[in-house]
Amino acid sequence: MTRTMLTLCNARQCRWISTMTRWLSATIAAGVFVTGPVFAQDDATDDDTETITIGYLGLERDPDREPVSVIEPIPENEGLEGARLAIEDNNASGQFIGQEFQLVESIVARDGDVEAGLEDLAEAGAEWVVSGLPREQLETVMESEALGERIVFNAAAPDDALRGDACRPNLFHTTPSRRMLADALAQYLGYKEWTDWALVYGNTEEDEHLLQAFRESAERFGHDVVDEKMWPHEPMARRAEGGFHAIQREVPDFLQDLETHDVLVVADETDYFGEYFPYQTALPRPVAGTQGLTVTAWHRAHESWGAVQLQRRFEDQAGRWMTPRDFGAWLAVRSLGESTARIGSVERDEVLEYMLGEEFELAGYLGYPVSYRTWNQQLRQPILVTGPRAVASVSPQEGYLHPRTMLDSLGADEGESQCDF
Amino acid sequence: MRFLTTGLMAVLGALLLLPMTAHAERIFVSNEKDNTVSVIDGESLEVVETIDVGRRPRAMVFNNDGTELFVAVGDDEAIDMVDLETLEVVRTQSSGEDPEVIRVDPKRPYIYVSNEDDNIVSILDYEERRRVGEIPVGIEPEGIGVSSDGKWLVATTETSNMAHIVDLDEQEAVYHRLVGARPRHAEFNHDDSEVWVSGEIAGTVSVLDRDDNFNIKHTIRFDVQGVPRETVQAVGVEMTSDGRYAFVALGPSNRVAVVDQETYEVLDYILVGQRVWHLALNGDESRLFTTNGVSGDVTVIEVDGFEAIKSIPVGRFPWGVVVEP
Repeated sequence: MTRTMLTLCNARQCRWISTMTRWLSATIAAGVFVTGPVFAQDDATDDDTETITIGYLGLERDPDREPVSVIEPIPENEGLEGARLAIEDNNASGQFIGQEFQLVESIVARDGDVEAGLEDLAEAGAEWVVSGLPREQLETVMESEALGERIVFNAAAPDDALRGDACRPNLFHTTPSRRMLADALAQYLGYKEWTDWALVYGNTEEDEHLLQAFRESAERFGHDVVDEKMWPHEPMARRAEGGFHAIQREVPDFLQDLETHDVLVVADETDYFGEYFPYQTALPRPVAGTQGLTVTAWHRAHESWGAVQLQRRFEDQAGRWMTPRDFGAWLAVRSLGESTARIGSVERDEVLEYMLGEEFELAGYLGYPVSYRTWNQQLRQPILVTGPRAVASVSPQEGYLHPRTMLDSLGADEGESQCDF
Repeated sequence: MRFLTTGLMAVLGALLLLPMTAHAERIFVSNEKDNTVSVIDGESLEVVETIDVGRRPRAMVFNNDGTELFVAVGDDEAIDMVDLETLEVVRTQSSGEDPEVIRVDPKRPYIYVSNEDDNIVSILDYEERRRVGEIPVGIEPEGIGVSSDGKWLVATTETSNMAHIVDLDEQEAVYHRLVGARPRHAEFNHDDSEVWVSGEIAGTVSVLDRDDNFNIKHTIRFDVQGVPRETVQAVGVEMTSDGRYAFVALGPSNRVAVVDQETYEVLDYILVGQRVWHLALNGDESRLFTTNGVSGDVTVIEVDGFEAIKSIPVGRFPWGVVVEP
């Protein structure tokens, strides 16, 4: 039995294949659906054209983890669609300068073998890897012999450790770390002068990490965490909670003994309870963090700095909204496209040198150019501070200065990073 | 008899002057979020009229006989045409998706439109009111510059980071030049020998040499002391016709750079309103007008001495500015 679904295509063919796949999936009712590699027919058999092949390695969506709100659609091919769009964007310039980008895709079953997925990508010619994997699986890939000399872009795992003592010289990060998100929120709450925080967190490992990031951000920006409390319940089924059933009594009861605070900061990455908190608090206080006023790399409400163009292109291609994970994968593939176009070469070492150099500046529709931090290879990027239907602000906030760039006021700075290549 | 003639001439002269004073120089400013165009009187430097136009007005340009102002209204996917006598929208021409920048051809009755979502530059005939054609370019076309002889068009694409050089007789892109990141604006100099292309994210201006197949001959960099580097973003470019000065709007750094057109040296930075976007010189090039998106005003700069002399409140998010010829 083959463990992965692997396709090889350029952007136009990918769209065709994904249409075919949808059609076939609908036709074949069986649980496992496999396509062999479909090799690209090179239209322009121009000898001068240089090809660069990028592999996307993802994991099937966890059916147990769905947004608590029923109105939020469950995205298909999250992450992967961002990589597909960036391939198309890269090729739009590539056609004028003799460079062609190809994407090979491998989506591993939830309990599948990511190493085998990596091997499939390598066999299909992937020279670079974009990872849509969580930390554990990503680390398996990083340890794998099949990885060879390849560089991996982490476009999904927010773990600070991956940028800290578990960092690796062949690992780049286009998704922000938890600490960057927490700092972005702390700066905005500082701007609002909402300095006394009560922290409520879930009982998952992810929430424990995010709680730690919130604590550190509060300390860095001079806020006080006046109280902390864990939401004790297990994740609930996705459903429309009418409020009056239980939440309306349960949440204020849970919150009433917290110390007086300006803002309730929620750490619920898996989205199983936080959505129930706005409007249900004991004190009339705003809810921020993973629900309510959220911090994120990307959001549909964001349309400034030309972002509307990217939103529209993405929606035309994927038939749904772009998520932060799609954006992370898009940034990874575009980083390569920007580098190869500027240096006129697809050679690995030259690309790496350029990407980590002073000259590298990628337009990420966030107002400021984004680039990589040399000390941990994290993409420095502005972070959206947003409500569910409109963007409230973008961090870094005015006034948080930094000798290098304001963007380095978000996340682990050079001096404090635990990363040592 | 001679006395009488002179007297008559004087009276006639005065009569001739009357419409001139009634039509003092006017400056038009598009307010992106208000769906209006503010009209500023060049003498009093005050807003004298506000024209209602379509949704999301951005770039503006005059037709070749100076009777109409064309306004790209992005969310209506159209060009509104404003009669300069009545200051009302008299007709609207469909433009294709999301028109942002428009320019007119100096020789033909054509409007060139960058359609951001479709990766094309559309060619519209504003006399026959038809679509003449379209030129495929890179992703997110934005800036358009047209040479005064009507031979060349330069279109910038924001995500492809290119200046596409279009031969207007063939209506086809013949060269593609990689320029600074997120190129926003293309402007030919007075003798069409150079095209200046600004890069918003790069914070640079690339100077393209017409005699060398539009290759880049120089890159101008900006460094405003005491201002974070990433806020120095180059957008609008305006050049004097005597070949001396170029002005470059530097976005959220709230500065306009003055550049020597000969040496490419940055001579000065002028503090203006917040997020300065586009620029226009008046008829005798004694004054420069800037649109400041975030502060919602227009800064008036005296070219002699590079001094900001006034700021004029207009609508919300002023984007483009043009001075009536």
